[in-house]
Amino acid sequence: MSAPLLQVEDLSVHFTVGRGRAKQTVRAVDGVDLTLGAGETLGLVGESGCGKTTTGLAILRLVEPTAGRVTFDGTDVRGLSTRDLRRWRRRAAMIFQDPYASLDPRLPVGESIGEALDIHDLHQGTQARRARIGELLERCGLHPRVAGRYPHEFSGGQRQRIGIARALACEPDFIVCDEPIAALDVSIQAQVMNLLGELQSDLGLAYLFIAHDLAAVQHICDRIAVMYLGRVVEEAERLELYRSAQHPYTRALLSAIPIPDPVRERKRERIRLVGDVPSPIDPPSGCRFRTRCPEVFDACERIDPALQAVAGPDHTAACLLHGEVGTEVAH
Amino acid sequence: MSDEVVLSVRDLEVSFGTKRGRAEVVRGIDYDLRRGETLAIVGESGSGKSVSTLALTKLIPIPPGRVTGTAHLGGELELIAMTEQELSRVRGQRIGFVFQDPMTSLNPVHTIGRQLTEGMRHHLGLSERDARDRAVDLLEKVGIPSPEQRLDDFPHQFSGGMRQRVVIAIGLSCDPEVLVADEATTALDVTTQAQITDLVAELQEELGMAVIWITHDLGVVAGIADRVLVMYAGEVVEAASAEALFARPRHPYTIGLQASLPVLGDVERHDLAAIPGLPPAPTALPQGCGFYPRCSYRDDERCATERPPLTQVAEGHWVRSFYEVPAEEAARAAAANRIVIEPPDARDEGVA
Repeated sequence: MSAPLLQVEDLSVHFTVGRGRAKQTVRAVDGVDLTLGAGETLGLVGESGCGKTTTGLAILRLVEPTAGRVTFDGTDVRGLSTRDLRRWRRRAAMIFQDPYASLDPRLPVGESIGEALDIHDLHQGTQARRARIGELLERCGLHPRVAGRYPHEFSGGQRQRIGIARALACEPDFIVCDEPIAALDVSIQAQVMNLLGELQSDLGLAYLFIAHDLAAVQHICDRIAVMYLGRVVEEAERLELYRSAQHPYTRALLSAIPIPDPVRERKRERIRLVGDVPSPIDPPSGCRFRTRCPEVFDACERIDPALQAVAGPDHTAACLLHGEVGTEVAH
Repeated sequence: MSDEVVLSVRDLEVSFGTKRGRAEVVRGIDYDLRRGETLAIVGESGSGKSVSTLALTKLIPIPPGRVTGTAHLGGELELIAMTEQELSRVRGQRIGFVFQDPMTSLNPVHTIGRQLTEGMRHHLGLSERDARDRAVDLLEKVGIPSPEQRLDDFPHQFSGGMRQRVVIAIGLSCDPEVLVADEATTALDVTTQAQITDLVAELQEELGMAVIWITHDLGVVAGIADRVLVMYAGEVVEAASAEALFARPRHPYTIGLQASLPVLGDVERHDLAAIPGLPPAPTALPQGCGFYPRCSYRDDERCATERPPLTQVAEGHWVRSFYEVPAEEAARAAAANRIVIEPPDARDEGVA
């Protein structure tokens, strides 16, 4: 792999809640590093509140990062002016979880797609515009004549296809897919995943695939990054992660995913996590997972672990079990 | 699990009057639920899996809803013909419910304690103090730390997983014979989901109640169910023990559903075997087999025109299909996504 398409370094997004004395900082994303090559798929998994969606939004500057650097094909995204940002967004699109909420209910779906063409000045004349909308719909498995219909006339899976067609309208190189199948029925999820895979191999798209469903992520992604409480705790190639997860959180997550096979599912030993994810307002000192970690030891409170090389090639984990690498916490 | 049948449902049909005609949401389902048993009802949105259970205690609006058939609870009470007043002594007392979203099933302006004790005072006639003592026990049982203090907290002061534990405690508060868990873990994260399914299994063992677990997640089913009903377009298309259903699925829909799932550890990444098309609308059901338009095994004129009956194909294994998918074919479909490497089971080192 040559220079990556997308490089995210030390990305942080902090939100302020409350006022005056009650003012507090929510560290939604707190120092995330990610690398994505052209035509590749990187999975970002974690449980609700871990910051995976915010990371995706911050990369596209749909929320402004508090700190860190996002480099896309040599361009410093955070340094772009409003105008340049708009131009850059042509190359980076997004697909949302709930296609019903992300499509304007009063706009025929063809117009929702057409808007993207208008904004980026991607068509010559009404004829060409209509033809392009039809082509995009067809590309996503819908008949061009549905362009005049409204979002409520479609099923969830069809709406997601429309969301994908809209994302493709500006001919992006990169798409952030935020839980694109979570709201769909099982038999429809496979249809949408197949479509995403097909588009990727035809158009050479790179995806950041954000999801909580590890089985789906593992199916569609080349590499997987696991997030916990605003941080990436482990990253590896998809099978490597499954075969030899090194971070206790990844192991617990893997062991909690039900396998649709009673024989395997019932003989399986589960790593039980106790308690809940701590608040991102006041994350634990040192390792953020230490309050729930079954393998916690004294250093975990003292040292904030950094991602370090573990096990196989290109496999990193932020865990002190693999060496006390990180920053000492000041008392 | 014993042989004692606690709930026996026959010919249950539910329909709703709509502007586009009658929507037949449940088209005749039968099952027996035994003491201590976990029955999973699996299906996609609109398959009728939730409504079929809600309708038992008239938890759907009637009209426009209409329910026919019979449901005997404990061999004596027939639920479908009951009056509202009679039903209010069944709901919450003999049948407990746990719904999907604990934030909407709990009242945000009342304390957990009040919501927990309400049913016990009403159904069991307990005094406030006794109900409160029992509420503390229940919260402790479902794994909520310092239950005494937490009784006076409001729902928003609990996390999602903790809220669902509270809802389970409410569902169990009157020692029901049947607990209905309707997508009870769908809104939760996987690690929390694992905690909740384990919890229900433990409580079931301890209290001996039967559980109807309604879900769309075949993984959850594999982990907890004794028997499974697979629903599609308002009908049970396959009924079997969990082992048999996964080892040898027989209905084309069940086979398709299993084949369309990505499985952890699949080595090769070919396309998933998606089921083409969409489920039918309940107002426009196909004349013949409900699955006919999407079926890849149909080969029979009959499939398009005649509704197949539910027939027993092996001991305790029922299928609603004219076409018998050959075992090799089913196995091939199932194997498509199952070239899996063995999961790294919890290792010995360091795992408590």
